[in-house]
Amino acid sequence: MARIEDNDRSVVVIIGSGAGGGTLAHELTRRGIKVVLLEAGKRQSTETFSQVPGEAFLQLTWLDARTQSGSWGVKRDFPSLPVWHCKTVGGTTVHWTASAPRLRPWELRGKSTYGNIAGASLIDWPVSYEELERYYEIAERRLGVTRRNGVPGLPASNNFKVMYAGAKKLGYKQVHTGHMAINSRAFDGRGACIQQGFCVQGCKMGAKWSTLYTEIPRAEATGNLDLRIESTATKIEHGADGRVNAVAYRDSQGKEQRQKARLVCVAGNAVETVRLLLLSASSRFPQGLGNSNGQVGRNYCHQITGFVWGIFDKPVFSWRGATLAGVVEDEVINEPSRGFAGGYRMELVTLDLPTFPLVGLPYGWGRDFASVMESYRNIAGMFINGEDLPRADNRITLNSNVKDAYGLPVANVHVDEHSNDQAMRRHAQEQMSKLYDAIGAKRVVLGPTPPATHNMCTARMSSDPRDGVTNAWGQVHDIKNLFISDGSALCTPGAANPTLTIVALTLRQADYISQQMKARSI
Amino acid sequence: MENLVTLNRRELLKTTTGLLTGLVVAESPLAMIARGRAWAVDLTALTSSEGAALLAMARTIAPHDKLDDAAYALVVQAMDRDAGKDENARKMVKEGLAALGPGFATNAESDRVAALKKIESSAFFQAMRLKTVQFLYATPMAYAYFGYEGEAFSKGGYLQRGFNDLRWLPEVPLEDSGPMPISS
Repeated sequence: MARIEDNDRSVVVIIGSGAGGGTLAHELTRRGIKVVLLEAGKRQSTETFSQVPGEAFLQLTWLDARTQSGSWGVKRDFPSLPVWHCKTVGGTTVHWTASAPRLRPWELRGKSTYGNIAGASLIDWPVSYEELERYYEIAERRLGVTRRNGVPGLPASNNFKVMYAGAKKLGYKQVHTGHMAINSRAFDGRGACIQQGFCVQGCKMGAKWSTLYTEIPRAEATGNLDLRIESTATKIEHGADGRVNAVAYRDSQGKEQRQKARLVCVAGNAVETVRLLLLSASSRFPQGLGNSNGQVGRNYCHQITGFVWGIFDKPVFSWRGATLAGVVEDEVINEPSRGFAGGYRMELVTLDLPTFPLVGLPYGWGRDFASVMESYRNIAGMFINGEDLPRADNRITLNSNVKDAYGLPVANVHVDEHSNDQAMRRHAQEQMSKLYDAIGAKRVVLGPTPPATHNMCTARMSSDPRDGVTNAWGQVHDIKNLFISDGSALCTPGAANPTLTIVALTLRQADYISQQMKARSI
Repeated sequence: MENLVTLNRRELLKTTTGLLTGLVVAESPLAMIARGRAWAVDLTALTSSEGAALLAMARTIAPHDKLDDAAYALVVQAMDRDAGKDENARKMVKEGLAALGPGFATNAESDRVAALKKIESSAFFQAMRLKTVQFLYATPMAYAYFGYEGEAFSKGGYLQRGFNDLRWLPEVPLEDSGPMPISS
């Protein structure tokens, strides 16, 4: 691994090492570009991942304070944790459940497909599906996604057998073990999935793709990467020409450091990416970087989620096996007769025993609550993953009343659900209840919306600079050597779990950045 | 079982204001994993009767009749730890329990439920509910009680240990699932 001088002005600084930042670091360094990668968290490994769920949560999660407001259920059920992502090398690819579907062509044209919906701030993507498809193909090969390119699917777990039988009874056709970035056989120097069920705690098998043990070590092997762990970016600085030229950060001792840069790419997950842009306000950019139009932090999307639990009179042992390896895709359609715009996936899910009552059933007590817990062995689980609508006022802002360890304002997450979101959730819960009822569930329990794990669209791409923060390559409209390289840049969320799309956009952005650097345009 | 302290009289006199003790129920899952029959949890900020009331509260919030008191005692211990670290937490617990009254721990379940319903929205109840679900189901006693098998990496995963052993529904066709990986 390289050690790059702090005053080296020729380097690219990437902030965050997850699906976006970790992948971008690899793509740039393998082309000979020097990269300083700042990661706020520590570095774990398949050896150090804790297998005690509570410990693993503390080991991997971004736990620095945030506040939240608005009418969404997360505020009531999880007041101190509006969003759930990682703070560790590899970012959220360490705890993700590796579902890697593509967006559908019509999902990239939200405004054209759904029309003008009051209270929503939809736009069409400035990237066509055909353009994105090239990169989806590369991303799927890179991640070894199952059921693509001849890669076999994962075998069916008990939990999936329940989902499958119910879905078939309802007449659903597109039901399978999913497009998963989990090795169904040894691939890329990593072994096959042994169905541990501890995807969220960090895959000790390394069978699940994570930048921690794929992209980042490869970037290090080029000799062009300087990865600095426990390094929290606090401000992106710019020169008199309005171009960014350095990143200030705190090191593991809390000491302020400053790395010069030719180019800065922000990939801190949608909440922290926005916070950093806002914290970087200056006399020239008083509203924060890239925010001359006030769009930074707006249009926050998190997808419609929620658990549905089916209780049976026979054991399911749902915890045995890959957490999310199963999907029903028939509802990924835009069919206004259902009473809402956009589509949703039904995804398999299970939670380990300690996590189940905390995240899957975070309310209730007494005999009824205990009777659900007593059925734990006989519970099958599903999860909604649907498209939520962007709203201008669903946004990330700075909350100056609460400060972090360095005295900087924390992020506030504000969400008021659109009636479309609520209609979609009701439809999904009803269909999923029917699915379990069709095969004789004793009872169906509707769980909550958990803390948001899919955080998107807060610095979105837009062809019209008034509608978003970046152009079609994640390049900030206001500042041409500043890039957004994570889920913040998505224009709309669609119903696909976002990681594959983030990787595809990042691969495309890496091509663009290296061409532009070579041409001396940036 | 490391959280269950062994009785040490001198240590107790020095540090303890309260103590919860009990006997492991024979043939309970705990009996299989406990070192001995007696268990004890010492309390540093709360008294024995406060500990007993909290234990009754945990049992009312998450009533699993055949789950040993020892598992619930670990919830009480966690509350006591918070109370020892933070004066506000200590005050909240003491005042909350005082409001429930001295008979709470020995009241019938229906009376305990009625009493807790009245304070359901209080910070004290919410803290105790959260602590109960956080700690109770993370104990080895709960793992054994619910038949939860926990981490499997150390045993080679569930691939050969029942991840697909459900037989009361049809098998999934290969085209919608996938083959077992070739074992190396």
